[in-house]
Amino acid sequence: MNYLHNIGSYFLMIVEMFRKPTKQSVMKNLILKEVEDLVIGSLGIVAFISFFVGGVITIQTALNITSPLIPKYLVGFATRQSVILEFAPTFISVIMAGKVGSFITSSIGTMRVTEQIDALEVMGVNSINYLVFPKMIAMLLYPFVISIAMFLGIIGGMAACVYGGFSTLEDYITGIQLDFIPFHMAYAFIKTLVFAFTLATIPSFHGYYMKGGALEVGKASTVAFVWTSVVIILLNYILTQMLLS
Amino acid sequence: MINVTNLHKSFGDVQVLKGISTSFEQGKTNLIIGQSGSGKTVFLKCLLGLFNYTKGSIIYDDQTFTDLSEDEKRNLRSKIGMVFQGSALFDSMTIEENVMFPLRMFTNQSVSEMQDRANFVLKRVNLENAQQKMPSEASGGMQKRVAIARAIVNNPKYLFCDEPNSGLDPKTAIVIDNLIQEITKEYNIVTVINSHDMNSVMEIGEKIVFLKDGEKAWEGTKDTIFRTDNEAVSSFVYSSNLFKKVREMYLRS
Repeated sequence: MNYLHNIGSYFLMIVEMFRKPTKQSVMKNLILKEVEDLVIGSLGIVAFISFFVGGVITIQTALNITSPLIPKYLVGFATRQSVILEFAPTFISVIMAGKVGSFITSSIGTMRVTEQIDALEVMGVNSINYLVFPKMIAMLLYPFVISIAMFLGIIGGMAACVYGGFSTLEDYITGIQLDFIPFHMAYAFIKTLVFAFTLATIPSFHGYYMKGGALEVGKASTVAFVWTSVVIILLNYILTQMLLS
Repeated sequence: MINVTNLHKSFGDVQVLKGISTSFEQGKTNLIIGQSGSGKTVFLKCLLGLFNYTKGSIIYDDQTFTDLSEDEKRNLRSKIGMVFQGSALFDSMTIEENVMFPLRMFTNQSVSEMQDRANFVLKRVNLENAQQKMPSEASGGMQKRVAIARAIVNNPKYLFCDEPNSGLDPKTAIVIDNLIQEITKEYNIVTVINSHDMNSVMEIGEKIVFLKDGEKAWEGTKDTIFRTDNEAVSSFVYSSNLFKKVREMYLRS
């Protein structure tokens, strides 16, 4: 029953987010601040992880191709497919659930504990719109982050492939261009946008409706990370089934 | 004026407010006092609309709170100033930005007009040189004064304060009390203060409502509280030897 109650409250929060919008001039500044905190602030860790995980995918693929009949350019092909279809949109989103999600939950949760949300409500501000809506809009730039993750993942794979001596640069480039299906990019970015909405709203829900003190803020961050990850994995399955099969 | 009639509030099976009726007048400092757990904070949060009450009515001048739509409630709240127990200043903003916040949200003033108004109210609470400080850099007393400045910056009709003196030294507490009283007179607003500070009761209690176990046990002023024969009020207000002696001296004189 508690799960149903939470799911209901979550959707009510989404509806409330669009009611009585905050003044445009104020909202513009809030969105810019969220872009800086959530998107630009995540680029470093995303770039680092993407580059090295791209390299690991290449090494694992190359080491598992033992038959001399399989052409070497398939290393590049497999890296591209893994990075574009799953690693960049899904794996990075789960990492972002930890990085961005816990930041959102703890910042909104602390505002709840210190009565800052009550202060907004008493002033007549729609606190859900004020706090959650700019995060959702800022996360519309999340596909930009994922594009960088895709690019650096493939570059990392190329570096590992060439400098590790698994194949030549020409083979790798041939592989990443082989049988390219543009719809795979569309699929990846549709997933990314759905995950962006999830990353902005589920942690906000856990922060906004938390009760208690500082200890509960920490607990809410953990719960938010778990639920955001679970929802991302489930949505990934559903969207893959719907879009690719 | 705020009129409260037969206000009830329950949390599950626990009845916290049991039929409170009272009124709070304009231009007066109205105090709600009572022991911890007597229902003061719940009463205040019902007045503010942060809790939905179970039964009864709250009328702000001519507006019955329960009859208002969500948007009308928000409009009414924009006429309310609130000083929270922990000040509730926005951590990410400077003191000046905190004070300007209601103006940015609800007026179309230019930045310089807002700054002028913010500086005026900050000067009013004796904080003219702290505009660019962050709330974390301010002392408890300063934070309370910033919270008061933020509460009055948009000329509210109603001012609510939840234990404005908690955690403050006696001297600063008196400064805060006097400031609230001066502002109440100056702007002719309805001020409701939730307190269990007996100094505040004696200093600024122009109307005092005493709550006990969720019920209104007594109502009066700082003058009548000395003469009351209500056992519950006497045992609460005069629980310290100092106040007992003060009362004896008052009654003898």
